[in-house]
Amino acid sequence: MSGTLSVTSRTARGEVALTPFFDVEAIRADFPILQRQIGDRPLVYLDSAATSQKPVQVLDAVERYYRESNSNVHRGAHTLGSEATELFEGARRRVAAFIDADPRGLVFTRNATESLNLVASSYARELLQPGDRIVLTLMEHHSNLVPWQLAAERAGLDLAFIGLTAEGRLDMEVAERLLQEPTKLLAVVHQSNVLGTVNPIRELAALAHRCGALIAVDACQSVPHMPVSVRELDVDFLAFSGHKACGPMGGGVLWARPELLDRMPPFLGGGSMIQRVELERSTWAEVPNKFEAGTPDVASAHGLAAACDYLDAIGRERIHAHEQAITGHLIEMLDEVGVDIQGPREMAERGGAVSFTMGEIHPHDIATIVDREGVAIRAGHHCCQPLMRHLGTPSTARASVYLYTTHAEIDALAAALHEVRRIMDPGTRR
Amino acid sequence: MAAGTSPVEDELYREIILDHWRNPRRRGHLEPADVTVEGNNPLCGDEVLLTMNVRDGSVEEIAFDGHGCSISRASASMMCDEVAGRSVGDAAELGRRFKAMMLEGGGAEDLGDLEALQGVARIPLRIKCAVLPWNALLEGLERGGGAVTTEEGPLS
Repeated sequence: MSGTLSVTSRTARGEVALTPFFDVEAIRADFPILQRQIGDRPLVYLDSAATSQKPVQVLDAVERYYRESNSNVHRGAHTLGSEATELFEGARRRVAAFIDADPRGLVFTRNATESLNLVASSYARELLQPGDRIVLTLMEHHSNLVPWQLAAERAGLDLAFIGLTAEGRLDMEVAERLLQEPTKLLAVVHQSNVLGTVNPIRELAALAHRCGALIAVDACQSVPHMPVSVRELDVDFLAFSGHKACGPMGGGVLWARPELLDRMPPFLGGGSMIQRVELERSTWAEVPNKFEAGTPDVASAHGLAAACDYLDAIGRERIHAHEQAITGHLIEMLDEVGVDIQGPREMAERGGAVSFTMGEIHPHDIATIVDREGVAIRAGHHCCQPLMRHLGTPSTARASVYLYTTHAEIDALAAALHEVRRIMDPGTRR
Repeated sequence: MAAGTSPVEDELYREIILDHWRNPRRRGHLEPADVTVEGNNPLCGDEVLLTMNVRDGSVEEIAFDGHGCSISRASASMMCDEVAGRSVGDAAELGRRFKAMMLEGGGAEDLGDLEALQGVARIPLRIKCAVLPWNALLEGLERGGGAVTTEEGPLS
């Protein structure tokens, strides 16, 4: 195990030195699954936008928790109970620091979907009035669309949508126009999981606040890949999933301004979220515990804290720079194969999820054939059916990169895509 | 790239499947149609629209439309070719045997060209692609078999 030194390099004399060199091979050594074979081929994992792989530092933290400290939290006076509580609350502080946030506003959930449902239920449905408006965009994942639809239906809210430019960026003229009219909330993705587009959240937050609206950000595809500060972005709600940031499955995060959480009624009721319970009514715990009913996934929270340590030891600026280089190479190689890239081609304000189509060849066929070469990509609508309709295709293939992705893996994808062409294109097969 | 075929072509993308994918038979939709059935796989977005005319206990005409991967389109194309002209009972029996091959490890005996789809049964994530049009067929036969059911125009 290379620990946090995995990102340092050794000088000729064998000294460990911090250098700007990004040692992707040392990083890969931290991820046991990357040693796997698929059939007789080495795994080429290009589906990190769906979930990231986990470094041994995170796996060890989870296992150590269960071996040494497992107990329920916030109850009981025994040693293990206080250890587990300290690990859980320590994880809250650690994850809050990861996004430069006040830990009193950090709620652990199951996933970003639950985080966004919490805001849609306890804020939009409970605190907004019939006729109030929520602005969304055409590039939202179903998790940042359907919860608002449910809230709108039950509370009589209106929904409006910011459209896209031809190259797959938010149409900021429409955004400015919509956010000059009375609006209560703007819910927007930071980085599109389909197009890779990085949206100007700070600018959108300023537009939202100017018209008296709050802003909720789906940061699933940004927090794992670049420095994100809720203070600098000036957002009111931010959701992400720990499993996309090297953390365990089953751990999601909602951050909200604590004063908003104070005003919002509870989402789920039960143990841990109460102060005093009577037969007919109850009072609520202080935030954020008010929004954490029942036994939380302590191991997952602790594992996510270990993932934050791991990523920060490497540095998200450096991870981002590495991904920019790899994504640039990915776009070049996709051009060389001759596919249609769906989304911005410029690397500025774009992340490492790249969707593409290959004419008549269905994305599922692409994914099946490249899988035989050991290459894991995603095919489908990516939980973005309205965006697919806008793009005029029922589905796309998507390759997505992370800190452990290499140039050679991108070349393996390109070779596998040539194989797709050979098999599927009439006349090329022999 | 070495000449010859790789395993994925032997197993999944055999020439007959690719031929039905590139040149689908009986594609379109019948108007009017006695039976219209829409099938879809919400997880992958594949959609099939099946139209049939059932007369005197036989599938007199059948056509499919929609969009999906090569496997679902080839499966629909081969199915329509096989089923056209068969009695409702025969067509339903063929459907059951095809699904048994895909889902229960059943053999390919008497399935003719449909045997080419047997390799799909070894790829769990793709089985639903091959089975989609057959589920629509069996539903349509149940609804329209013998009697005449007239549906509203094509769903979309």
